[in-house]
Amino acid sequence: MILDYIGVKEINGSLIVLDDVENASFEEVVDIRMDDGTVRQGRIVAMDGNRVVVQVFQGTRGISLNNTRTRLMGHPMEMPLSPEILGRVFNGAGKPIDGLGDIFPTKRANINGTPINPVSRVYPRDYINTGISTIDTLMTLIRGQKLPIFSGSGMKHNELAVQIARQAKIRDANGDNFAIVFAAMGVKNDVAEYFRRSFEESGVLQRVVMFLNLSNDPIIERILTPRCALTVAEYLAFELDMHILVIMTDMTSYAEALREFSSSKGEIPGRKGYPGYLYSDLASLYERAGMVKGKKGSVTQIPILTMPNDDVTHPVPDLTGYITEGQIVLDRALDSAGVYPPVSVLPSLSRLMKDGIGEGFTRADHAAVSNQLFASYAKVMDARSLASVIGEEELSPTDKKYIEFGKRFEARFVNQGANENRSIDQSLDLGWQLLATLPREELDRVDSETLDRYYEKAKQQLESGEKSQNSIDAEPNESTESDEPV
Amino acid sequence: MENQNVIYGINGPVVTIQNARDFSMMEMVYVGKERLVGEVIGMTDKLTTIQVYEETTGLKPGEPVYGTGSPMNVTLGPGIIDNIFDGIERPLKEIAKESGSFISRGSSVSPLDESREWDVTITVKVGDTLKGGDIYAECPETTIIKHKCMVPPKISGVVTKIAENGKYHVNDTIVELKDEKGKIHPLSLCQRWPIRTPRPVSERLQTTIPLITGQRIIDTLFPIAKGGTAAIPGGFGTGKTMTQHQLAKWCDADIIVYVGCGERGNEMSQVLDEFAELIDPKSGRPMTDRTVLIANTSNMPVAAREASIYTGITLAEYYRDMGYHVAIMADSTSRWAEALREISGRLEEMPAEEGFPAYLPSRLSEFYERAGMVNNLNGSNGSITIIGAVSPAGSDFSEPVTQNTKRFTRCFWALDKALAYARHYPAINWTQSYSEYFLDLDPWFTKELGEDFIKYRKSINRLLQEESKLMEIVKLIGSDVLPDDQKLVIEIARLIRVGFLQQNAFHAEDTFVPLEKQKLMMKVILHMYRKSKQLIAANVPISSIMNTGLFDKLVKMKYDIPNNKLELFNDYIAEIDSALAGIMSA
Repeated sequence: MILDYIGVKEINGSLIVLDDVENASFEEVVDIRMDDGTVRQGRIVAMDGNRVVVQVFQGTRGISLNNTRTRLMGHPMEMPLSPEILGRVFNGAGKPIDGLGDIFPTKRANINGTPINPVSRVYPRDYINTGISTIDTLMTLIRGQKLPIFSGSGMKHNELAVQIARQAKIRDANGDNFAIVFAAMGVKNDVAEYFRRSFEESGVLQRVVMFLNLSNDPIIERILTPRCALTVAEYLAFELDMHILVIMTDMTSYAEALREFSSSKGEIPGRKGYPGYLYSDLASLYERAGMVKGKKGSVTQIPILTMPNDDVTHPVPDLTGYITEGQIVLDRALDSAGVYPPVSVLPSLSRLMKDGIGEGFTRADHAAVSNQLFASYAKVMDARSLASVIGEEELSPTDKKYIEFGKRFEARFVNQGANENRSIDQSLDLGWQLLATLPREELDRVDSETLDRYYEKAKQQLESGEKSQNSIDAEPNESTESDEPV
Repeated sequence: MENQNVIYGINGPVVTIQNARDFSMMEMVYVGKERLVGEVIGMTDKLTTIQVYEETTGLKPGEPVYGTGSPMNVTLGPGIIDNIFDGIERPLKEIAKESGSFISRGSSVSPLDESREWDVTITVKVGDTLKGGDIYAECPETTIIKHKCMVPPKISGVVTKIAENGKYHVNDTIVELKDEKGKIHPLSLCQRWPIRTPRPVSERLQTTIPLITGQRIIDTLFPIAKGGTAAIPGGFGTGKTMTQHQLAKWCDADIIVYVGCGERGNEMSQVLDEFAELIDPKSGRPMTDRTVLIANTSNMPVAAREASIYTGITLAEYYRDMGYHVAIMADSTSRWAEALREISGRLEEMPAEEGFPAYLPSRLSEFYERAGMVNNLNGSNGSITIIGAVSPAGSDFSEPVTQNTKRFTRCFWALDKALAYARHYPAINWTQSYSEYFLDLDPWFTKELGEDFIKYRKSINRLLQEESKLMEIVKLIGSDVLPDDQKLVIEIARLIRVGFLQQNAFHAEDTFVPLEKQKLMMKVILHMYRKSKQLIAANVPISSIMNTGLFDKLVKMKYDIPNNKLELFNDYIAEIDSALAGIMSA
């Protein structure tokens, strides 16, 4: 028997309260039919006996105490799934908005998912070649990893995400089993359109599933958007054996929606008004990346978040950093200096990198190059702060070398074209060419054998190069203008 | 009606029951038709509040709630080692067999494998009087751990019946005890114990033996005792988990309990993979033979995360009672504190600092006080060392979890962002960190390694302190203006930092370094300092010392001298002497 409950008891923000509801279950979906025939969806978020609190996804505007009929749907929020889902566009709550009609589902899945049993996880080891020197060399992306981009408003995180999506190469993936799930939460229409156009231009639109909750769409739907997207990603990865790259932007908007929802429920706020369970909530999204034993597919996540006021200690980037396996941090100063991608190397990190690089994966000297570049670039920062006090002229000869190294590192290594796809060998060799400008005894993170093999070669090239004025001392901005690999 | 207790309200993991009379505080209950595990955490005359350890989606008011009559407890017996459990001791491998790669709810797998047979030797005879903690049987649990079955602490009596030596399941009765009142207690291979109650001990002993970790900065500068407590605070990316892994792999405890509390799933699978491959240098067996893992990843239910810390320490106490030295790694206690906060928020308790409940400090101290070197009820000595990672919000050490942890631990290994950015690992900051165990441990170091060890440590410490003072000047005016003897301090301190304190976890020789090698490394560095200082006093410019390439060579001695060829250090001393004498004569 299906019962309709007429009217509501109480309305508060996006929540409505119903009394005398029989047989409801926690987190069940309800349909709310308005007098004018429109239907809204909601979800039961708290229950006290027969009194239930329902969160209305499209907001409570227009709802009065007696103009609605509420029907329990008898199941939690589900996403219809079928192989035809590729190439489709949905709204934030998982309803198709591309005019192609409903999905004919082969199955339905609860959008909350279930946690992967830690013993069933496969430890991710295969690296993804993104063609971007900083990422490949210093914070290698691994298949099954969650690696967020920490950015700020106005920086080129979208361009970077598109470039990664376009250039990403996995060892045994081909066009057939690689797909992108894109979830936009509270982003501007232009941004969503930029992603759509970029996917179209690179001819992958048919392999993209898009979920769009734009900045003027209902905020409460935003809480569902990443869950719908990840449910699709898990389905494609673990049932259809595909390698899925999930791009979620902007996680800060998501967290703000959660805060709004939490405060309307009257919950006790934690830091900066965010609910105390923000960590668990974010984890329930990010932890849905990974690989599972016995399944061929994988889910790799690149969440993008804008740090309010570029503050990395803000709760959203802070908690994200504690859950994700590293982070790519973008830097305002590099961005305004015209460096693309403006990756701030020192705070960026990939935790899974150590087991996915080196002999058999990338190249034997990879770990050495990356450690040494980090260490040397950290010294550049020391030298720069010293120079800002005593002036560059007064620096010791070694410190001057570091200043020089830093300039080249940013101009040649960090900086690259938006369409420039560097192979891992190119990136590592470039790293050695830069290190060769430093005296050998400064390279204290590399063992003598590796130095003999790579440093000396790069040094010779550098010396012969200096005579003929090529490669390393070329104009810094050349590579941004050319679309060709180095 | 037989069962009158039904669900009334649901809010996330918190479920309420109206008018229940027959529950007690902290009692374990089963909630709903799927029998989800929960625990009673609050009672008024009208409402009983329960926290549920599993997802509550789909629960309905009116579903039954069953009491168990006992507090939240764990099963203790053979089969714990080399196993991986969730926060409430459910075996994840068995759950994976039962329900596939994703964890479903209401699983009722028994914690220990009931079908497995153990090779049991009975160690008592009929007529023996046994008291709580006494050992009545033994069986090899793994190749290196002998499991000892102990009389549960509150039971004592005379043995009336014993079984033959042979193969038994965990639940088979092998000994029967008759207590003073004539009641018969059947004893099997396992027993149960409530997780929030510490297991009793006879007395607590002084902590006089160090936990040797093979990590130079810890063993030398900030040592921890067996039975001690340490906190590792650090922002994300500073290497808390790496440090914990290194300690779990190499420290000289008999048994490691590794609690992954609200951390990453991929990291747990890494631990599983790595520990199975790694060979323990002492026993020659895989690391898993001495390790118990408790994995409650961040997306698993939050209430079970809160329990996982207690489950871990209870398992540790059980093995301590057998006379083992146990080290428990809790990664991360901040996630546990946040779970407390989350549940406290759902109960609408009045929050204290930063939304954490006011009882946070007392919960933290209860946990850390369960560490210690003790004399057990059965007369054996055992210890529990707790090493807790702390993840301060915004990397700010003034937040409540870090500050309160600092009050209850005696070692503080502060991880530093700047060091981590420069990929100096372990990124333990030597000016902010401390250990309060020097006085307790110095006699041991002196006895085992000679008086030099402590002398060297003090010199190294002094040089580092001096460097940090000089660096303030250098930051203002550059290093060129310093006199040569101060420049030498800076160079030597650099040698200490890069050549000694920094340690490469991925280098076969460097990942674990025996104390003797640590001592000799300090000796060579200090010899270099003393000799160079003499030269500089004789007006030799520091550049000519730098040009010898000695510094470069000493920085790499950690890689170049294998752990089993310590005699090579003599060559280094000789080389320093001859090279520096060469400068002097020239």
